[in-house]
Amino acid sequence: MKNSVTNTARLLGAGLRALLVLTLVTGVIYPLVVTGVAQGLFPGKANGSEVRADGRVVGSSLIGQQGYSLDYFQPRPANGLGENSVNTQYKLLLSGATNLSADNDKLVTSVEAAKAKVVRDNSTADHRVRPSQVPADAVTSSGSGLDPDISPAYAGLQVHRVAERNGLTDARLRKLVDEHTEGRTLGFIGEPRVNVLELNIALKDLVAKAHP
Amino acid sequence: MGPVPAGVLQLLALTAALALAYIPLGTYMARVYSSGRHWRVEKWVYQGIGADPDTEMTWSAYLRGVLAFSAVGVLFLYLLQRLQGILPGSLGFSSVNPAQSFNTAVSFVTNTNWQSYYGEQTMGHVVQTAGLAVQNFVSAAVGMAVAVALVRGFARSRTGELGNFWSDLVRGTVRILLPGAAIAAVVLVACGVIQNFSGIHEVGQFMGGSQQWNGGAVASQEAIKELGTNGGGYFNANSAHPFENPTPFTNLFEIFLILVIPFALTRTFGVMVGSVKQGYAILATMFTIWLGFVALMMWTELAHHGPALQAAGGAYEGKEVRFGVGASSIFAVSTTLTSTGAVDSFHSSFTGLGGGVTMLGMMLGEIAPGGVGSGLYGMLIMAVIAVFIAGLMVGRTPEYLGKKIGTREIKLAACYILVTPALVLVFTAVSMALPTPPHSMLNAGAHGFSEVLYAFTSASNNNGSAFAGLNANTDWFNTMTGLAMLLGRFLPMVFVLALAGSLAGQRPVPVTAGTLRTEKPLFTGLLVGAILIITGLTYFPALALGPLAEGLA
Repeated sequence: MKNSVTNTARLLGAGLRALLVLTLVTGVIYPLVVTGVAQGLFPGKANGSEVRADGRVVGSSLIGQQGYSLDYFQPRPANGLGENSVNTQYKLLLSGATNLSADNDKLVTSVEAAKAKVVRDNSTADHRVRPSQVPADAVTSSGSGLDPDISPAYAGLQVHRVAERNGLTDARLRKLVDEHTEGRTLGFIGEPRVNVLELNIALKDLVAKAHP
Repeated sequence: MGPVPAGVLQLLALTAALALAYIPLGTYMARVYSSGRHWRVEKWVYQGIGADPDTEMTWSAYLRGVLAFSAVGVLFLYLLQRLQGILPGSLGFSSVNPAQSFNTAVSFVTNTNWQSYYGEQTMGHVVQTAGLAVQNFVSAAVGMAVAVALVRGFARSRTGELGNFWSDLVRGTVRILLPGAAIAAVVLVACGVIQNFSGIHEVGQFMGGSQQWNGGAVASQEAIKELGTNGGGYFNANSAHPFENPTPFTNLFEIFLILVIPFALTRTFGVMVGSVKQGYAILATMFTIWLGFVALMMWTELAHHGPALQAAGGAYEGKEVRFGVGASSIFAVSTTLTSTGAVDSFHSSFTGLGGGVTMLGMMLGEIAPGGVGSGLYGMLIMAVIAVFIAGLMVGRTPEYLGKKIGTREIKLAACYILVTPALVLVFTAVSMALPTPPHSMLNAGAHGFSEVLYAFTSASNNNGSAFAGLNANTDWFNTMTGLAMLLGRFLPMVFVLALAGSLAGQRPVPVTAGTLRTEKPLFTGLLVGAILIITGLTYFPALALGPLAEGLA
């Protein structure tokens, strides 16, 4: 009996020492080395791909933002996005999805409301948007709530509204959207996309040049 | 090009990349676990541990090593979280409460990485890098060690010796996971995954105001999270978060990382038992199931049945534009057919049948290709069962790889396959029967039941993904999923190692004309059939109440 207790203690001791040594290797040295390499080779990316405009940081090209006025291109809804509920000395972005199921009435209602809003916002006196033209990404929340992109179809749908509100031609804006449309990587990986923040920064520049 | 051909091409590219890595990685891993030489850095580690890496262990000594190391791991990670409030380098985050600390400690030590917490608001730098990420490495290495011990059981004869646990643990970490993760981490940073130790970033927004996000050693953790089939995200949104998975390429790359070791281990197995063809037969079984599941998932997600998805015109709820439906489907299947549980899109908002496919993938026991190590040993257990069934059909004592599958072997294999279904079904039934646990459900009806079924399927099979609408941060779910994870990880390991010991002690049976040729396609077919039938019979009633009821409504 005494023997088995000592054996167990010895075994746990070996386990603890193994854990501490491996923690040093994989939990201290490894992340520090990777951080060193990352900060040396790709400092911009390693620190969050921040984007500057008008001499100030206006966000990260990877992190979607909400709250653009209708003069600008609109992002996807982000109903799953939250704010931190613990450690509330901060106001952190809390990434997340709605997790509502495909047969949930709440989701049906929110999709229908979003679609009606997209139709309403983008229709003008001489330009009717039909509900069937609204792409799925325009009325659904992404997995992270931070999706920085919209589909080229949703960007295209917004061209007329944004052009009219900024006193630009549809053709000029369509060109701008095309310039900011990123196709599939190597032609087949992922889906084509338009980065909303970068597009809106370019739009602001364009407006400033057109109406100095 | 439409989304369908693009999805198929991504599938082909992924398959090609995995095929290229298969032989070199699989052979390399066999050498790692067979070599008699120790690296200098490993000798230092052994000195630190105070263990002799050349002592051969019996199955019970090997098991005691696994259990002691894991027990210490749970305790250490528990204390780290409980003490976070006073640890430096923790962003001023407070300590984690006891139930959640227990759940998280168990979760990461068992290679599950179920998360009842929100990473970005709960865990500071020290817990993430020196606690959670460390377990990402070592829990994966433990899984591989147990698998290798079982392979040695098949490969060796008339001995009780299965190798040395400390040596297998250290080699798996230092020679396989660490170099792989380091390369992968740098690739990820080059594509935009963050890697820093700065505090909370507060940056301006385009329309004014500001937003706050945490910095962190994300790339180094992301790499091992996928490579070790762990799956615990730095951020709540996991691999849907742009800082964890910024581009379509990183998405495909992360799927590759998830699958590469589990598939290549079949080569390691083949080399170590002296017949790579036996490895190919196991590989073919895994690949057939994986491919079938991907096809099924792509079909159901692109068809987007379900009222909300029909109203939206596509299954984009919970999915990111840059990945699209096709790549999200490949990720979802790959993460649930392994023990990963990372997500690049949210399974709860998939079509009813798509959600069912993710659950069924876990219910198969995560063996196609499964977690690192756990996938291989799970599949070998199924192979033993399949051989047994075939033996019953022809009335001959079954044998596999020259070892007789006698009473003791089949009892151990049967216990193995009974553990997780028992855990899943009992915990789910009890949770549904009690008055308060169902309050955690977000959705009503069949989908609400699916949330609970998914939670215990995920925990018991050490997956870690969720129908994340379920509020799992309650004392009930933290404790019960914690127990399910512990029992679902270590009970099967007991049976695997006991089986390994029993096989290693046998003398080999010569191959005769009557021997079932387990390296032939016929056996692969038999094995696929056995897996699907056994799982189907076990889980059909539960699946009918949840995803099938929702998907066929």
